[in-house]
Amino acid sequence: MQALTNRNKAVDRKPMTLWEKMYIPSIMKGMSITLSHFFKKKPTISYPEEKRPFSPVFRGLHILNRDEEGRERCTACGLCAVACPAEAITMEAAERKPGEENLYREEKYAARYEINMLRCIFCGLCEEACPKDAVYLSETFTPANFTRETFIYKKQDLLIPDPKTEPEQYQKALGSRAKKN
Amino acid sequence: MFDLAFIIEKAVLIGGIITVSLLIAMYSTWAERKVAGFMQDRLGPNRAGWGGLLQPLADGLKLFMKEEIIPNASNKTLFILGPALAMLTAMMTSAVIPWGGKIEVFGRTVDLQIADINIGILYIFGVVSMGVYGIMIGGWASNNKFSLLAALRGASQMISYELAMGLAIIALLMITGSLSLKTIVEQQSTGWWNFFLQPVGFLIFMVCAFAECNRTPFDLPEAENELNFGYHQEYSSMKLGFYLFAEYINMFISSALMATLYFGGYDIPFVNDANLGANIGINALAAIQGITLFLKVAFFIFFFMWVRWTIPRFRYDQLMNLGWKVLIPLALLNMLVTGAVILWLGH
Repeated sequence: MQALTNRNKAVDRKPMTLWEKMYIPSIMKGMSITLSHFFKKKPTISYPEEKRPFSPVFRGLHILNRDEEGRERCTACGLCAVACPAEAITMEAAERKPGEENLYREEKYAARYEINMLRCIFCGLCEEACPKDAVYLSETFTPANFTRETFIYKKQDLLIPDPKTEPEQYQKALGSRAKKN
Repeated sequence: MFDLAFIIEKAVLIGGIITVSLLIAMYSTWAERKVAGFMQDRLGPNRAGWGGLLQPLADGLKLFMKEEIIPNASNKTLFILGPALAMLTAMMTSAVIPWGGKIEVFGRTVDLQIADINIGILYIFGVVSMGVYGIMIGGWASNNKFSLLAALRGASQMISYELAMGLAIIALLMITGSLSLKTIVEQQSTGWWNFFLQPVGFLIFMVCAFAECNRTPFDLPEAENELNFGYHQEYSSMKLGFYLFAEYINMFISSALMATLYFGGYDIPFVNDANLGANIGINALAAIQGITLFLKVAFFIFFFMWVRWTIPRFRYDQLMNLGWKVLIPLALLNMLVTGAVILWLGH
């Protein structure tokens, strides 16, 4: 039979020589290897202090984006909920009242918008489905909490800080995927 | 004769040495994890305090807070006696090791050694042999088959390796002609270190010391993957801590012993200690000597760890083969050659 690679090696079943039986040379060899590792650079990244940069396609927790004037972009069309393979998104629409033009971009908005982060598989299909550039996956990840209820993110958890009043928090929450205003 | 100053002097010395032993054992646990980490390309503990230096305290606190469990079927007295004995025998050996030269305090000349008895090495052998009782009693009193097996293994391992260790020491004693550790150190500080006269003896002694301390590659009484933790499987809380701690104290003491017997003890290398003492005073000399000894000890402790994270555990038959078929004949041969050379040089 022809070998698949040229790396195969016959098992050496020769009895050990006296030199090999003394073990000390091989022990010293092994110890020099461990000692060389002692002085090697450690590949560990001390996590909370050092963070690895994410790739631009990283998909973390969702945000609901605002436009440049700080108005909510979401119109509660429900396309994200339809696209969601995990059925994690629920919403209720409401009509914008006169005088609320500074809050909502269009006549219809999401009065309730919930994403169950325990159901979500972070596939990003909601983001692709959204015609209003409203929902984005950010770089926030590993949320931790004590109860399951807290993982159903409400609108106030998802909504991004206002870019006009809190520009720094806005940029931080935005991540690298969102289309810039 | 009742000499109060003498009693105070010894009490202070004993207190000091016990404190130092415990401290070193404590930080050996930290160093062990650090060394293990570094040798495996990890960082080791680095969260508690600077560089993880508070880790031993956290570990100790954890052990103290753990639930104390005494198994129903165990023999309660012996179950408690086990770790106590392990700890006691681990600490007792330090009594005869000279930690430095003389110091002068309040007009008294104090030897930095608790007891300079003329049978020092015999005493050490006696105490080390008692060390097996900690394992045996603990393993037997647990009333658990794994613990019992481990205890049996531990006992036979210790007895097997004590023989070779003793034979290696006999060859050394033929050269020194004294059982007192102080004398042995003084001889080495004027002449050659015993390591250069007895390299094979040192090797045998060191291998046996590994076996006596139950350190990898001879940690068969513990053997996590076959015996679930071995003789201290049923132990919890600080009783387990005592066993683990005793292992580190044993390691410290055997390092000190190896340094004392074969590497000149507190002798400062390349320096004539007596001349240096005349220049800088004997207290400073004793301090430097103490530091020298501790550096040697630190190296040996590191060596213990280095070996642990390099060499895998022996199989039990391999252990017995090595002990009985290799080390004992080798030690006998070493003894014979040493004796012959001494006779030949004597003529």
